[in-house]
Amino acid sequence: MPSFVITEKCDGCKGGDKTACMYICPNDLMVLDPNAMKAYNQEPDACWECFSCVKICPTQAIEVRGYSDFVPMGSSIVPMMGTEDVMWTCKFRNGVVKRFKFPIRTTPEGTANAYKASKGKDLNTELLFTEEAEGASLRQPLKTA
Amino acid sequence: MAIPNKPAGEIKAVVDPEIVEKEVDILIVGGGMAACGTAFEILKWADKESVLLVDKAAMERSGAVAQGLSAINTYVGENTADDYVRMVRNDLMGIVREDLIFDCGRHVDDSVHLFEEWGLPVWKKTEDGKNADGKKGQKLGTLKSGAKPVRTGKWQIMINGESYKRIVAEAAKLALGEANILERVFIVEILNDKNDPTKIAGAVGFSVRENKVYVIKCKTMMVACGGAVNIYQPRSVGEGKGRAWYPVWNAGSTYTMALRAGAELSMMENRFTPARFKDGYGPVGAWFLLFKAKLQNGLGENYLASDAVKKELESYAPYGTAAITPTCLRNHVMLFEMKAGRGPIIMDTVAALAALGATMDKKELKHLESEAWEDFLDMTCGQANLWCATNTEPEKKNSEIMPTEPYLLGSHSGCCGIWCCGPDEPWVPASYKWDVNGVVYNRMTTVKGLFTAGDGVGCSGHKFSSGSHAEGRIVAKQMVRYVRNNASYKPELEQSAKELADMVYKPVKTFMAHSGYTTAVDINPNYCKPKGMTMRLMKATHEYGAGTATYYQTNGKSLEIVLSMLQDMREDCEKLAAGDLHELMRCWEIYHRIYTVEAHLRHIQFRKETRYPGFYYRADFPEQNDKEWFCFVNSSYNKKTNEWSLRKAEYHKIIPD
Ligand SMILES: Cc1cc2nc3c(=O)[nH]c(=O)nc-3n(C[C@H](O)[C@H](O)[C@H](O)COP(=O)(O)OP(=O)(O)OC[C@H]3O[C@@H](n4cnc5c(N)ncnc54)[C@H](O)[C@@H]3O)c2cc1C
Ligand code: SF4
Ligand code: SF4
Repeated sequence: MPSFVITEKCDGCKGGDKTACMYICPNDLMVLDPNAMKAYNQEPDACWECFSCVKICPTQAIEVRGYSDFVPMGSSIVPMMGTEDVMWTCKFRNGVVKRFKFPIRTTPEGTANAYKASKGKDLNTELLFTEEAEGASLRQPLKTA
Repeated sequence: MAIPNKPAGEIKAVVDPEIVEKEVDILIVGGGMAACGTAFEILKWADKESVLLVDKAAMERSGAVAQGLSAINTYVGENTADDYVRMVRNDLMGIVREDLIFDCGRHVDDSVHLFEEWGLPVWKKTEDGKNADGKKGQKLGTLKSGAKPVRTGKWQIMINGESYKRIVAEAAKLALGEANILERVFIVEILNDKNDPTKIAGAVGFSVRENKVYVIKCKTMMVACGGAVNIYQPRSVGEGKGRAWYPVWNAGSTYTMALRAGAELSMMENRFTPARFKDGYGPVGAWFLLFKAKLQNGLGENYLASDAVKKELESYAPYGTAAITPTCLRNHVMLFEMKAGRGPIIMDTVAALAALGATMDKKELKHLESEAWEDFLDMTCGQANLWCATNTEPEKKNSEIMPTEPYLLGSHSGCCGIWCCGPDEPWVPASYKWDVNGVVYNRMTTVKGLFTAGDGVGCSGHKFSSGSHAEGRIVAKQMVRYVRNNASYKPELEQSAKELADMVYKPVKTFMAHSGYTTAVDINPNYCKPKGMTMRLMKATHEYGAGTATYYQTNGKSLEIVLSMLQDMREDCEKLAAGDLHELMRCWEIYHRIYTVEAHLRHIQFRKETRYPGFYYRADFPEQNDKEWFCFVNSSYNKKTNEWSLRKAEYHKIIPD
């Protein structure tokens, strides 16, 4: 189910030096046509339908349509990313619509504690730095064969 | 008028790329769960040592966790690491490295606690036994402070994991610093030291964004590029080729690069062939474990309860009779039905949800429905769309289950990978440990200074996302130790930077030299395109290498044929052609895939038994043969002479039954 870009909605990320979809696609599929200033999926049969490009596009220009070899037409699933949740709209072929909202993270973006000031002490033990800092002891098998 | 004949991609390649030379102490290749663990941990131990991480994609969404996950499959919690070893050993039919698994088990929870602290929502059990997710779950306290997770099985916990990789990569990037990270650089080959080829000295790769080749010298390195996919023909071969269960961007780089650098691989015969929702490849774990759904054959029978199936499983005791049936045997009995003409296999989602709904009010039912959809939307969005497209509401309509094509990986329910040194502990047998100048380095491969983690480490499956992260952290410390203890080592490369760049850009040179000869850019007698080579590889393995075409069966003669086809392919890879940088990446990916699958098939050829029925069958040796084959199979390759050697390596039981 490859991603596709809606011509009218894509603004080429306003001509920035790297577009959001091109930045994110783990398989290097999204590229910008420099003449049209529009993005497109350059290898649809290598798309994992991971939705990374869909979720990151600032103009919601990217959607996904089912793989032509086994997906009947007419359905869609569309995510809307927030800072704490993702909202999905799932449209069935028969017209049924379901909406789901799921949490995505409990802290503001960019605040993950990297423990930048922390340093481990004894390089020659098997303890990770957090384990060492907490005074944990290294677990051993309860019994060996 | 000239017929337009130009490279397809947007970023055209040039014949002579810019060469960028770098020298660091420690190189991390890959940016997935394992590499993020290393990136997070490493500067806690390194002082003056310089570190560089290189990922072919953007860490925020690279690797297997790109679209998220709905569960963390390894959290030891109230259980013991000893029991964790027993579970993994049973699932993988007895032959595993118990030292590595125990070691992963004793550190894994620390990584899970960090994930939660960084912002990953973890579901909790309320006092009255209900499931609380998101902020509600958070209010019940953290796992670390003793709050109870929602367990689907003994080892798995539920999360709201859409942004799992973003969160983990954020901490990794903050810890390591943007200046020490190169994204969109594909590593092609690991380089040995000129003066001592048993040591690593660096790696070479190229940017998929600019015409630049990177030649990087280092004293030690971790390779953690995940497993391999698209090595067998997928069940859908048109657009749907991208819908493999495993993320299509992991191309076996880990195994091929380590193998070519001289590292010993182990248990490459072990593959993973998951049974998933048909076509969409959506996960089934939560359906079995959380929703308690049952399978039926095409006749509507609960075939798992039949006497024939029970008898079949008993013939694989003690594995087949254990409380949890090994993954391969679950496939085996499914194939049993399918081959007897009693397919297709159907998951009874309707009955499962009805049973759960019987005791629930409307609000709880709505939440249950949402949980079922979240399982897909958090990690296999395409399956959700397939349900929409086929008007499948799981409470009203059942879905089909089907085993997929084979994948190679070492961190999920498979255990192929690189033969690694265990921790320096008295209970680790001597043959599982080796040293460099008297020092034992945990997770070092048989090449001095080369480490691996996650999917790279062989014989120790079931570490999953969390265990891979913890393992990456273990390696971080070991690499710093290695650099400190080998401070005087000056890596030197055998080839010049120019020679290396010419090797990396050979497909571009081939394209430029010959593309004018024909009017159709993809069809030219002087070169082959990676797309064609990929199809050629997948067809050969599909038909001869125990792919879905033969219900995963092969034999000595078929293996002989496919191995000779692979030799031709390797020769023809000299004629791969790339007109743009995206295609150049595809050239190197197919090259990595071919070596990886060759290792896989050589192991299957060597092991004259069927150890993993349901994953693959040696039709000429259909039984398990504990007497001769209760051992690891290890392989190595000499790139100078193109010779493979395989050997048996002894298995040791560390944790008693
Ligand atoms: C479909 C699926 C579902 C899963 N579900 C779960 C689950 O529910 N719970 C759970 O805990 N685990 C789950 N897992 C397992 C988990 O995702 C893996 O165990 C984990 O991601 C392995 O980590 P890794 O670092 O070894 O590989 P990955 O995370 O895959 O990372 C590989 C990295 O290498 C990079 N790379 C590849 N080739 C090159 C190259 N040549 N040069 C430079 N960089 C390269 C990639 O860009 C990526 O950054 C699932 C896996 C899959 C595939
Ligand atoms: S991210 Fe969206 S707007 Fe930007 S180039 Fe891609 S499709 Fe266009
Ligand atoms: S859905 Fe994923 S694989 Fe497909 S183009 Fe978008 S980011 Fe790439």
